[in-house]
Amino acid sequence: MSGVLVLVGHIAGQVSRSSLELLTLARRLGNPIAVCAGTADDEVVKTLGRYGAERVHLIESDELEEYPVAWVRAVADLAADVQPQAVLTESTPDGREIAARLAVRLGGGVLTDAVDVQAGPLGPVVTQWAFAAGYTVTSRVVRGIPIIAVKSNAVVPAEAPVTPSITRSGLQLDEAARRTRVLSRTVRESTGRPQLTEADIVVSGGRGLGGAEQFELIENLADALGGAVGASRAAVDSGWYAHAHQVGQTGVTVSPQLYIAVGISGAIQHRAGMQTSKTIVAVNKDPDAPIFELADYGVVGDLFQVMPQLVDEIARRRA
Amino acid sequence: MKIVVCVKYVPDMSSQPRFTAEHRVDRAGGQLSELDEYAVEQALRVVDAVPGTHVTHLTVGPPAAAEALRKALAMGGDAAVHVSDEAIAGSDAPATALILAAALRRLEPDLVLCAMASTDSGTSLVPAMLAEHLELPQLTFAGEVTFEPTGGTVRVRRDTAQEVRHLEAALPAVVSVTDRIGEPRYPSFKGIMAAKKKSLETWTLADLGVPADQVGAAARTVVDEITARPARAAGTIVPDDGEGGRLLADFLSTQKFI
Ligand SMILES: Cc1cc2nc3c(=O)[nH]c(=O)nc-3n(C[C@H](O)[C@H](O)[C@H](O)COP(=O)(O)OP(=O)(O)OC[C@H]3O[C@@H](n4cnc5c(N)ncnc54)[C@H](O)[C@@H]3O)c2cc1C
Repeated sequence: MSGVLVLVGHIAGQVSRSSLELLTLARRLGNPIAVCAGTADDEVVKTLGRYGAERVHLIESDELEEYPVAWVRAVADLAADVQPQAVLTESTPDGREIAARLAVRLGGGVLTDAVDVQAGPLGPVVTQWAFAAGYTVTSRVVRGIPIIAVKSNAVVPAEAPVTPSITRSGLQLDEAARRTRVLSRTVRESTGRPQLTEADIVVSGGRGLGGAEQFELIENLADALGGAVGASRAAVDSGWYAHAHQVGQTGVTVSPQLYIAVGISGAIQHRAGMQTSKTIVAVNKDPDAPIFELADYGVVGDLFQVMPQLVDEIARRRA
Repeated sequence: MKIVVCVKYVPDMSSQPRFTAEHRVDRAGGQLSELDEYAVEQALRVVDAVPGTHVTHLTVGPPAAAEALRKALAMGGDAAVHVSDEAIAGSDAPATALILAAALRRLEPDLVLCAMASTDSGTSLVPAMLAEHLELPQLTFAGEVTFEPTGGTVRVRRDTAQEVRHLEAALPAVVSVTDRIGEPRYPSFKGIMAAKKKSLETWTLADLGVPADQVGAAARTVVDEITARPARAAGTIVPDDGEGGRLLADFLSTQKFI
């Protein structure tokens, strides 16, 4: 069995849950080789080994932070050496960009937004949800090394402990890579709530909330349920909540166990980001709001009445 | 400054997509991808700010894709190029990027503007692939674009779930923009009339020197199966008669979320 390159997201001593998901999927296809930037500490290597990385390859360079495109060259060199069965990366903007450039360099085919990956007789079989998640598509790469960008939450990370070997390479920055330079990065402060893409429960607010302060109603319910907070584009555009929380076509796609849409009409672009949620609940005063077409349970009413009552009721039942 | 905006002709996403027997999207009755309007708008804002800027809209697609170019021209811009060839049908992202890159080599822009993704396949792959082919810097998913007054440098702000990033590159560069960059203008009646007179050239693969056997059927990916996801079963919808919150709590309890 040959190797499968798994691009472990930029790490700061912490391996993301998505990376563990990638390792879990990679084991179905071959021997996982985790590729990460920087001098990963023992903890990181141990974690990657616990999830089945037979080899951890470190790309050591201080310049990766400043010249993100350089990463592509390093991974391409490694791929030329290993001739992997596949390359797996996260289907985030950064991950898809690496996938795109690698495909051009390696002459491989790319599939993005994978929600499942299985080994097949002709190579990896990839499942995607297409057209605003209205369709399930199965595809394969038929030319070159398959490069697959996987959505988070595609699989539950499973342990398969091994002791990884460690290999290293430096980085040669070519002229092209230096042309795109990072001037600054401001890491978002943690809200203490789960990440939107990883949460089992997401509570989202829309224009119906009418203002930034009213998002407290959404946060209260999210906290009562241990969930993440989402928002519609209308709410984000109004400046009521940070853009990073936007759910939908041009925001993040979520697929939690429970999605609660509050004061959201359910436009196609919003539905594109949440309609694969397992259970959908809506609170809206308009009985004709399209969100009710998706809802497993809906309350037609004023959210300013329904939400506080719901939060109180949850507290009362738990007391 | 010379700007080329890459645009795509896509099916109307508010209606059901149709597929051909080869599992390709049936492109009849399409439109300019809604997200591309943000890239067109951005180009037109540069025109307003930097006199003498020339904007060309570029697409790769079937004959009907010219409609997307006409719409873009009606919004503004000077000329359009349509790469059309029977061999192109079925091209995936790498093949499309190969063709676009060949056309861009010929057009020699200072700035290539794209949308963050197409509304149909939504892969976001093409802008980065163009940058790779053309050895240009890429500034993608820009929520804000600024040019140095002296020209020559472009800066973008990019919001991701984890961070806000500012990136910089010297022109020429490939920039892709999100729908936060500024609302696209509507084509005016005057714009629509003027668009009819603007130059719309059609180029073939041979014109660009792109071998037909590297595109279309040479796609690096195949779709084995497309199935519509089953419609969701009708849910329970209750009016709030003062007990809505409690009823909802009941539902969440039976589903074991509380
Ligand atoms: C290119 C493009 C990309 C887009 N991408 C996205 C995206 O990623 N995500 C996204 O969400 N949208 C996106 N949109 C926008 C989308 O089309 C809708 O405009 C948006 O989702 C509407 O947000 P909303 O449901 O909060 O607001 P509205 O549609 O205004 O709905 C507000 C709802 O609140 C209800 N309401 C009002 N007051 C109350 C009350 N007191 N109690 C209960 N209910 C109340 C109303 O009945 C109404 O149904 C995009 C649009 C375009 C053109």
